[in-house]
Amino acid sequence: MKENLFGMTIAQLGKVAESEGIPAYGARQIGDWLYRKKAGTFSAMSNLPRTVRESLAAHYAIDLQPPVKVTESSDGTRKYLFAAEQGGFVEAAWIPEARRSTLCLSVQVGCKMGCLFCMTGKQGFQGQLSSGEILNQYQSLPERDTVTNIVYMGMGEPLDNLPNVLDSLEVLCADYGFGLSPTRITVSTVGLVPAMRTFLERTRCHLAVSLHTPFEEERRRLMPVENVYPLKEVLAELRRSAIHGQRRVSFEYILFDKLNDTPRHARELARILNGIRCRVNLIAFHPIPGTPLAPSPRDTMVQFEAHLREHGIMTTIRHSRGQDISAACGMLSTRELVRMKEEADR
Amino acid sequence: MYIGRVPVAGPEKLKLTRVAANQEIAPGIFMLSFPRAFDFIPGQSVWLTVDPEVPPRLYSIASGNGDALVEILYDLVPEGLLTPRLAGMREGHSLLVSSAFGPFRDEEGPSCWVAAGTGVAPFASMVRSGLVREKMLIHGSRTTAGLLHRGLFADALGDRYVPCCSREAAEGVFHGRPTEWLTLQRLPLASRYLLCGGSRMVVDCRDVIIAKGVPFESVIGEIYF
Repeated sequence: MKENLFGMTIAQLGKVAESEGIPAYGARQIGDWLYRKKAGTFSAMSNLPRTVRESLAAHYAIDLQPPVKVTESSDGTRKYLFAAEQGGFVEAAWIPEARRSTLCLSVQVGCKMGCLFCMTGKQGFQGQLSSGEILNQYQSLPERDTVTNIVYMGMGEPLDNLPNVLDSLEVLCADYGFGLSPTRITVSTVGLVPAMRTFLERTRCHLAVSLHTPFEEERRRLMPVENVYPLKEVLAELRRSAIHGQRRVSFEYILFDKLNDTPRHARELARILNGIRCRVNLIAFHPIPGTPLAPSPRDTMVQFEAHLREHGIMTTIRHSRGQDISAACGMLSTRELVRMKEEADR
Repeated sequence: MYIGRVPVAGPEKLKLTRVAANQEIAPGIFMLSFPRAFDFIPGQSVWLTVDPEVPPRLYSIASGNGDALVEILYDLVPEGLLTPRLAGMREGHSLLVSSAFGPFRDEEGPSCWVAAGTGVAPFASMVRSGLVREKMLIHGSRTTAGLLHRGLFADALGDRYVPCCSREAAEGVFHGRPTEWLTLQRLPLASRYLLCGGSRMVVDCRDVIIAKGVPFESVIGEIYF
């Protein structure tokens, strides 16, 4: 099987150029064709010598996969299904708004984290996406040229696939790549501390931490990762890391009725976030099959927001989008496709 | 893949110790032990690696808290960075190990434990530490050879030990997965439920248990990431 050039960083392309016997600047030329000029074939790379183009075509591929299915929400959100190289599928969501459009992309087929409120976790973990597969969700998106913001908040835990996520972020932000501003990109995490430290050191993208309750015992029941990387360690790491300039740290907080939406929770949340320059995004819970959790009423969400603001925490209530096509926060999943494959394999 | 410096969730420093024993106890599954230099609560874990260049991974302790040796169980992952090297370790070889940490633990009172594969380790530790009264273990494996410490659990728990094999029928063994066994049962609602293993097993079992009416607050999962 030929190695996929799409998704490679400049250093990786440099090795390809070296192996092909072309000057180092050839790597930049290839990157320019792959990412800026959207070349789908080597023959299109007209400023490379013909022999090089032929040799590249003999040894490498430009593997771009269009989505295999699209579903559109009544609010305009579109959910795309992409096939993964090792089998299985991932979903990406395109969310248009008046003055921007956001792509929510996936990094893993499934997820290992097992959060109680998340549909992706219910399908288990089937595999990592390569950098090329992550970037393909952007490059092959029909609305690609309208995308202003990218969030790594689809299927999978981004920091559990750190090397490929870092490579994809480099390509998105580099001048040889897509040239996007890192301040237009947000990577979410449940709080894998060592990987979070590396991410903060090596990129300038925004970070969103899934928090969901300030109390350790409650969080353990919602998010098994609390057993390994307790929230207090996550916050300690953020305090140690220099969060400055335009970089933003946000905390995602899904509100569950009578579970984590009380004034006591708001007070404790404000207390533990004291000293961290951040914002809190309050998110309506989108019930998934079999869940024991219920969404907080809208009034409670507004009161919770007000409590946090009184304590000086910048807080917003995030609008739900794409709920009718299961594209909203925590709803992306290809579980049924996984089960169909398992049944077929038996 | 190296994803950072020494993890901060456990103690910051890994300490040098020596392998006491390392043997393959089932196809692809190993049991490794080293001298105990710290106290721990059954259910806790250690970070462990073979040298500073290989990122440490987390392993549940399988030995009792009064044992002279600390025992862990691991699956050999041929493409992994750590376990192929671990599998080659012999008595006297060097290891780097943290002290124990983690909140996954049990207490007196009724509990239902569910584990698969090496996820049985924390429950082996609990049994070896004397935590057996009112405890039940649903133990999953593809084959009977993978039912690690089966004799230990059968002796300690008697008919409260439920071995389950999905790919092999055997006497005294439920033929199916732990999820299937749980689905067939009327589960005690006042019990604690502790689950340990891979994400799919933990999530599927958690869903079944909650669907049976057990409050989700009573269900704790330890997922081997």
